[in-house]
Amino acid sequence: MDLMSLTAVELGQKIKNKEVTVKEAVEESLRRIESIEKDVNSFVTVDKEGALKQAEEIQKRIDSGELNGPLAGVPVAIKDNMCTEGLLTTCSSKILGNFVPTYTATAVEKLKEAGAVIIGKTNMDEFAMGSTSETSYFGATKNPWDLSRVPGGSSGGSAAAVSSEEVPYALGSDTGGSIRQPASFCGVTGIKPTYGRVSRYGLIAYGSSLDQIGPIAKDVRDCATILEIICQHDDKDSTSYKDAASDFTAALVDDVKGMKIGIPSDYLAEGIDPEVKDAVLAAAKVLEGKGAVVEEFSLGMVDYAIPAYYIIASAEASSNLERFDGVKYGYRTADYTDLHNMYKKTRSEGFGAEVKRRIMLGSFVLSSGYYDAYYVKALKTKALIKKAFDDAFAKYDVILGPVAPTTALKCGESLSDPIKMYLGDIYTVSVNLAGLPGISLPCGYDKNGLPIGLQLLGQTFDEKSILRAAYAYEQSRSYKRSPIAERGL
Amino acid sequence: MEKTYETVIGLEVHVELATKTKIFCGCSTEFGGEPNTHTCPVCTGMPGSLPVLNKAVLEKAVAVGLATNCNITRKGKFDRKNYFYPDNPQNYQISQLYFPICRDGKVEIDVDGEKKFVRIHEIHMEEDAGKLVHDSFTDTSLVDYNRSGVPLIEIVSEPDMRSADEVIAYLDKLRLIIQYLGASDCKLNEGSMRADVNLSIRKKGEEKFGTRTEMKNLNSFKAIARAIENERERQIDIIESGEKVIQETRRWDDEKGYSYAMRSKEDAQDYRYFPDPDLVPIIVDDEFLDTIKRRQPELRDEKRIRYRDEFNIPDYDIDIITNSKKMADIFEETIALGAEPKKVSNWLMVETMRLMKEHDRDADDLSFSAKNLATLIDMVDKKVINGSVAKEVFEKIFTEDIDPEKYVEENGLKTVNDEGALTKTIEEIVAANPKSVEDYKSGKEKAIGFLVGQTMKAMKGKADPGEVNRILKEILSK
Amino acid sequence: MVITDETIYYVGILAKLFLSDEEKEQAKKDMSNMLDYVSKLDELDTENVEAMSHAFPVSNVFREDVVTNGDDRENMLANAPEERNGCYDVPKTFD
Repeated sequence: MDLMSLTAVELGQKIKNKEVTVKEAVEESLRRIESIEKDVNSFVTVDKEGALKQAEEIQKRIDSGELNGPLAGVPVAIKDNMCTEGLLTTCSSKILGNFVPTYTATAVEKLKEAGAVIIGKTNMDEFAMGSTSETSYFGATKNPWDLSRVPGGSSGGSAAAVSSEEVPYALGSDTGGSIRQPASFCGVTGIKPTYGRVSRYGLIAYGSSLDQIGPIAKDVRDCATILEIICQHDDKDSTSYKDAASDFTAALVDDVKGMKIGIPSDYLAEGIDPEVKDAVLAAAKVLEGKGAVVEEFSLGMVDYAIPAYYIIASAEASSNLERFDGVKYGYRTADYTDLHNMYKKTRSEGFGAEVKRRIMLGSFVLSSGYYDAYYVKALKTKALIKKAFDDAFAKYDVILGPVAPTTALKCGESLSDPIKMYLGDIYTVSVNLAGLPGISLPCGYDKNGLPIGLQLLGQTFDEKSILRAAYAYEQSRSYKRSPIAERGL
Repeated sequence: MEKTYETVIGLEVHVELATKTKIFCGCSTEFGGEPNTHTCPVCTGMPGSLPVLNKAVLEKAVAVGLATNCNITRKGKFDRKNYFYPDNPQNYQISQLYFPICRDGKVEIDVDGEKKFVRIHEIHMEEDAGKLVHDSFTDTSLVDYNRSGVPLIEIVSEPDMRSADEVIAYLDKLRLIIQYLGASDCKLNEGSMRADVNLSIRKKGEEKFGTRTEMKNLNSFKAIARAIENERERQIDIIESGEKVIQETRRWDDEKGYSYAMRSKEDAQDYRYFPDPDLVPIIVDDEFLDTIKRRQPELRDEKRIRYRDEFNIPDYDIDIITNSKKMADIFEETIALGAEPKKVSNWLMVETMRLMKEHDRDADDLSFSAKNLATLIDMVDKKVINGSVAKEVFEKIFTEDIDPEKYVEENGLKTVNDEGALTKTIEEIVAANPKSVEDYKSGKEKAIGFLVGQTMKAMKGKADPGEVNRILKEILSK
Repeated sequence: MVITDETIYYVGILAKLFLSDEEKEQAKKDMSNMLDYVSKLDELDTENVEAMSHAFPVSNVFREDVVTNGDDRENMLANAPEERNGCYDVPKTFD
């Protein structure tokens, strides 16, 4: 039986029913990884030995009745910017190429407590800076729908691993669209929770005020189930929300009668691929057909989100990445003449081009004389964007739109022009600036057979509304497997 | 020519707060310990680690702010100060620039009876750095992060001081306030209080400030005084020779008695401060402020007034006793145990001060318990021991905090109150010293002193001298 | 906005990055383009807008002053590029 074609919840149920052992599930995942990795390159590290050991322990705890959650025994892949004790954690960067944390990210810890088996760490854009997963020091990840295309990013490895059925689900992180956009490009479902829902402890920071961990899986039920496990208050993260936990699966009802859904007309204007636009509007029709009240409206501020985002994210990143200096962990250059020479050589050799580009920009916008003009201006813009959303959510329960203007791009296409690449984040970044929850799920395929993503946004801490809308929509269609998943072993 | 210049000094005083744990993590702040054994992912800047503010740091910072007449910032924040240095594991220090916790305070100082206010610009909270030690064998530096993340407050004064004496009076004032609050032990020599001196000079009568320098590495009041004198001279020399003072940070070498500029072309002095997104705003509401206010202990100035009213001891004694929280605590506790204030004060003013000098100890280092001093005073009152034995016992209390009752018992130091035995000894002494007896009888009153001394010697010091005197006179008058 | 060689040199000091001549030219171009692009924000009137650090109101998050961490030196130092006598070993510092 093709265990990895199951959803995480289905597999968990089979393990619970003793139809499948944890070991069988883990071995199946490892077999698929072995067969697929050379094409897709979803993983930086596969912890074969550790996974088999975990499988044995978890099976015992399941058998004894100690573990009885829905995902006990189900393998999972973790984006390589989340610390895992004793397991290499690289952020897909040379500078952390040998870093073995002494602690585990809280979100991962929660999964482990629920009986998840950590299979390995997934590839990503270096330090999560990028939207193609091509900036990884360990080579690009490929899209399981078309190996000549990018899987999106920065959580491209996590999305590709789920889409190619290497694992049933994965964790990603989203700073400007890094869960939603690769989920969209790879034809799977991903959620960026409200800022504060999931502890950031152990998540290697890119833009601290924007970063949020979330699930990538095959369907909405999986995502809601994973959220119930990872959304918990954490004393170790000052920005963790005190009522972070919620019964998200209770929102999984096929009923959107009377739900007010707004479509920002600004999201359907110039720049969007007509096929994407049509698929998104068709999805809106489906929800309307189920009784939702759908209308277009003008959200505003859309053109200001990317400039504000890049200033804030780069500024925070320039500071967050100062700690990579060759002193305490990670890479240190082989030859140096003195302290500052060591710093400079280590960092210049250890970071890739895109990371350096953002560190330079971030250092500049915070430097003496420019702080107010750029950084403070961006924080004020952020306030205006939040207000635009608040106004919208006074009228609508859910905002519906595309995830990205296009489907997956060809490899190498966007790296040459950074600004063009940044523009691909136009529908996702404002959600991070405003701290809102957003879900991305498949809503169709373009003429090349590439998946198109639908994005649903909710008011802060209202994941339930978007889960309900997404679940209702999902009932109208069936899950389509990627060619790599179909290919089998 | 010197006299035509005025020295203008402002101080940046760093004080390590006496908390059990670091400002942003649960590591111990205890001194000592092997290098890097009091560290965790947070205070070593491991990726993914996050800071969470220690509540006691905020409480202590606000307490110091209130005691120095500051306005407490109702919505405070932490900012990151970015600079690369290996003692700073994140390569940014979490500090407060835009919304420091306290602002606009003042304290009164008194230099030789002249009183003036020194204004406090702000007090902010921040984290301490690790320690760097040079390894001469490898010619590299070794980093120990045990001190990294120890909570500090930085008290920034206005440039209101004009002399080293004023600076020292100001530092002493801060030290006493903070010690009384229990917010820090404020030891300059151990680094729990550190002062950086911002100094400039200007012609007397001029309004405009000169260019200032910042002097670091001042570990004692003496070093501060010397550094101020030296920097004043240096700046006058520069200006007199037609040059300009450069705004820079200098490091004082107290052994060599000069300072040098801490410059590096790799330091841009552009700290790129911005609000730390990992920490949330601090809202100080009325309830929080009231709680801290209610908890504020009696400070030195209040104590002085109360001592005058309550204990009837000289102002001089009050000043000495209250100059150390530790001594004032011993004083009050001993009285609370029933000792007479005047007597306690005497023990502190005379014997304690003598022994402190002899053992080269600070009043803050006093380690004996009030209970043992109270017992000792009681034993003297009850004539269980005499005064000279008491001094001997007190020295033991001072150094080892022994239990005086036990000590006197074990060493047989009790005054002999057996009048028969005493009379017998005195009779023997009188018989053995006919010359002195004759002298006394012929009117040389002083001769009795010799006889008392001989008796005390024979009694191994364990007699009550008053009693010896009385019996002697009785016998001699027969 | 024109980015000069001096600016790139200065930012290189702040960010502790060495750039090759080629990288410097690229950085000048990239930064200049990016700053021109983000200058779009100048269109917005933000005079009476308060800068927003966190998107939702959260304040006063504290820890109690209780020691929770033990000694994990050995594991932590295992990651150090250079270690000596229980310390992180670095090129000689200023003092």
